[in-house]
Amino acid sequence: MTARPHYLPEGLPIPVAEPDGLSAPHWAGLRRNELSIQCCEKCSTWQWGPEWICHACHSFDVAWKPVRPEGRIYSWTRVWHPTHDALTNHGPYIVVVVELPHAGNVRVIGNLVGDVHQPVAIGTPVTGVFEHHNDADPAHSLLQWKVSGAAD
Amino acid sequence: MDERTLRGKTAVAGIGETTYYKHGKSPDSEFKLALMAILNACADAGIDPREIDGFSSYSNDRNEPPRLAAALGCKELRFSNMQWGGGGGGGAAAAANAAAAIATGMADCVVVYRSLAQGQFARFGRSAPVKTISGEGALSIPYGAMTPAQRYSMKAMRFIHDHGIKQEALRAIALASYQHAQKNPRAVMYGRPLDEEKYDNSRWISEPFHLYDCCQENDGAAAMILVSAERARDLRQKPAYLLGAAAGGPYRAAATAGNTPDFGSSHFKTVAPHLYAMAKVAPKDIDVVQSYENFTGGVLMSLVEHGLFEAEEANEVLTLPNLVAGSGKLPLNTSGGNLAECYMHGLELHTEAVRQLRGASCNQVKDADVALVIAGPMVTPVSTAIYGSEAALG
Repeated sequence: MTARPHYLPEGLPIPVAEPDGLSAPHWAGLRRNELSIQCCEKCSTWQWGPEWICHACHSFDVAWKPVRPEGRIYSWTRVWHPTHDALTNHGPYIVVVVELPHAGNVRVIGNLVGDVHQPVAIGTPVTGVFEHHNDADPAHSLLQWKVSGAAD
Repeated sequence: MDERTLRGKTAVAGIGETTYYKHGKSPDSEFKLALMAILNACADAGIDPREIDGFSSYSNDRNEPPRLAAALGCKELRFSNMQWGGGGGGGAAAAANAAAAIATGMADCVVVYRSLAQGQFARFGRSAPVKTISGEGALSIPYGAMTPAQRYSMKAMRFIHDHGIKQEALRAIALASYQHAQKNPRAVMYGRPLDEEKYDNSRWISEPFHLYDCCQENDGAAAMILVSAERARDLRQKPAYLLGAAAGGPYRAAATAGNTPDFGSSHFKTVAPHLYAMAKVAPKDIDVVQSYENFTGGVLMSLVEHGLFEAEEANEVLTLPNLVAGSGKLPLNTSGGNLAECYMHGLELHTEAVRQLRGASCNQVKDADVALVIAGPMVTPVSTAIYGSEAALG
């Protein structure tokens, strides 16, 4: 695994599965460079965020399926005001909502890596970048995004 | 079968507030602030506080009705209610729930209240200092989408993109609140005017929101007393009748991680039609609008989704002269609202609507008979209400 600089500084809350384990497969998937999203075994409806039931057909047989980490920017913001101690003096950063055409257009939230001052346009194709926090406790991984075709 | 409605069955008979403070500056505890506002509302109505038999609040209120009833020596407690979910989106629902209790005989005198003392408790605009996060928060907080400004800016950004809204439209909403606050001695921003240059030069919080697009955070409390329409007519104040109210959200509005199907929305598209149907009012009948500003972008979408104008008209309609009481066709947030009067989770918007119907606002709209109050947008559930004068009852 190539070590990448983390987009945001250490010290932000670390994602973990709930006590009931609902989202555990998603976080485990990111550790092995896989985006896992829920898809109903019965009616094939994609669903995000995770839930114990398929909202379309009410089947409890909701599977986790790997999804190619490619999407489009559905919305975004550039955050300037730090609201967490770990972000004090860090400067602006970009948050994107990414629509996933390979998963029924469900959306995920992440950061757009690269120049924090870059212009951002809704509809821009983006590619996933797995960001591993191996030294964190607990170790975890995030899924970030870069404009498709842009250098890593 | 009788029509199922709250129209004209109850009225606001009294309103009350404490002094409004900057966040963390209240010398009094949050619970004491609640008591003070309730006593002020009772005095305004001419009602003995011991007659209160119901309490209605929202937004995870920490000040529980049983304790309030015991502290006030209320003769009995019959209705102990809080709207689930939606934070400041529940303000109009709290009024509606109070009215429903009265209309159905479950209580006679219900107080709707909100109290905030953020020096004693966490601020809404700061991230909680936790080491790990699970559930919905895990899907956004580690990516720095932590606070309402950061999350709701993306809903506004999508709407602005879809409809070609200019920054000047958001600016006009902020300017209107600040201009109204300059005539309102209760307002925290009284004596602190805002102009275009100051807005334009203010720092970004989270694009497309500048500093002045974001609400304050404050300490204080507000309350209002609801009784039956018959009872209200015998009391000292001109009644502000509840003509209609609605709460809720569209299909899967609470889907997490940005998956609300209609994402670029204030969440009023399904709710507003219920409001207008109950109130028997059309958008053109509304004389004055109070619309919860968590962020100006939420106001923009709320006004559109209440049918006050089309999204494509926003750049023309949302100008300062058009939003100011006196000159404007769409007088908006005439007390200064969350931006410039006080962030009392929007309950101050209800007390202002009542003042307008009494003819007692600091920025009075001439002959105001129908007042719309829109609670916090972009959350789920949202809620909205219309109050009217005796003339509006028809």
